[in-house]
Amino acid sequence: MNDVVRNIFRFVFFILLQVYLLDNIPPLHRFIIPVIYFLFILWLPFAISRFWLLIIGFLTGLSYDYFTVTPGLHAAACVLIAYFRPFIVNILIPKDTSEFNYSEPSAKAMGWAPYAVYVFALSLLHHGYLLLLEWLDVGNFLDFLVKVVSTTAISMLLIFTAEILFPRRLKYRTNTA
Amino acid sequence: MRNVFLFIRRYFTFISFVLLQVFALSMLFRYNKYHRAVFLGKANELTGYVNSQYDNVDNYFHLKEENLRIHKMNDSLLNLLPGNFVKVDTGSHVITDTVGFDTLHLVRKYLAKEAKVVSNSINSQKNYFQINRGSKQGIKDNMAVINSDGSVAGQVVGVSENFSQVMSLLNVHSTVSAMMKKSRNTGRIEWDGQSPLYLILKNIPKSDSVLRGDTVLTGINSFNYPPGWMIGTVTDIVEDRSTNFYVLRVKPSANFQNLQQVFVIENLQRDEQVELDKTTQKKVDELNKRKQ
Repeated sequence: MNDVVRNIFRFVFFILLQVYLLDNIPPLHRFIIPVIYFLFILWLPFAISRFWLLIIGFLTGLSYDYFTVTPGLHAAACVLIAYFRPFIVNILIPKDTSEFNYSEPSAKAMGWAPYAVYVFALSLLHHGYLLLLEWLDVGNFLDFLVKVVSTTAISMLLIFTAEILFPRRLKYRTNTA
Repeated sequence: MRNVFLFIRRYFTFISFVLLQVFALSMLFRYNKYHRAVFLGKANELTGYVNSQYDNVDNYFHLKEENLRIHKMNDSLLNLLPGNFVKVDTGSHVITDTVGFDTLHLVRKYLAKEAKVVSNSINSQKNYFQINRGSKQGIKDNMAVINSDGSVAGQVVGVSENFSQVMSLLNVHSTVSAMMKKSRNTGRIEWDGQSPLYLILKNIPKSDSVLRGDTVLTGINSFNYPPGWMIGTVTDIVEDRSTNFYVLRVKPSANFQNLQQVFVIENLQRDEQVELDKTTQKKVDELNKRKQ
């Protein structure tokens, strides 16, 4: 499947999954908030330009915002992780985008440990920024800290569960291709 | 100027990041301030559409609990209904007067007690309905049951402590003494078990000039039913060629499908009448024996 088509499907899937499944889970605890929609941004191809990454991140966050009627909140967080994504990838694996054997970030492409760090860093950034914005509006600081930790942990759990349960079929790329 | 362009080109990503952040944050804070946002109206249309599509499916998964909730709500409302608070007695009392008759020289013959139909059927050949009065409230067998609008509904055939079983007119075993309102000719109302919309009136002589729409009342020949209560109106006139009587189709004035509040009418002199009937029969029999 074409990368563009695949990512469009993925975009719709993640937004709907977040809005209709995860947001409808009966509340277990006030600190347990399952969030996974931003995995779409994490799974975007390496080769995407930084500017388009920002635009796509913004649109992803905004789409979800319109469902939760918090326009701008998730958009800001998504733009932030879209901006930092290339830096983190570069720090973890100092390679040129054309040197990757797989087109997308995954455990296979990066190795489990760097991939885990990549997911953790971006989750932490996303939730940290999101909850900071929420905290500025209303809330207390201790709650904010606990929520950052708990939501990041839940997101990590969800992302790795998804990775293990639903492995993406990724084409191995050679330099000749 | 060139340096500015170079700067922009160099930090293009960072600048676009900052711009998008500012845009997103301004949206966020403006929304919180004024409760409106860019494209929110249009976006609401779209998300509303997607939500309603989802809800179309999701609805089915909540039907059970929704049903349960409505059921509970109904239950709580049902418990508030005045119908739940049953009067144990009807407030009508028979007072044994030592004089035996009142100052107008009238003796009470019929006594009505109100009751409520608690279950009903019209679809069987032998239809019965149940009322919420029983032997504790003074209901006995053979009492007449009259609908709240005064049309005849049936006759008590079984009594328990707090409930009674009533044989409806729509029962193939039911026979009620009847008379034409105009001519006072008597006959009997039966049911052929076919349509619950029509009863059969038999034994009206052909000498009677029956017309469609004539009123049929309860007759004077019954120990159970007080005379003069409406049964129905004639809708069809059939001359039975083998006899001298009509077979009339009668549309009952009681709507048997939704009997709710009814009156149970007791003939206070029934025992006396029945006793007299028996002794008369005995005497006639003895006379006949003596003759032979």
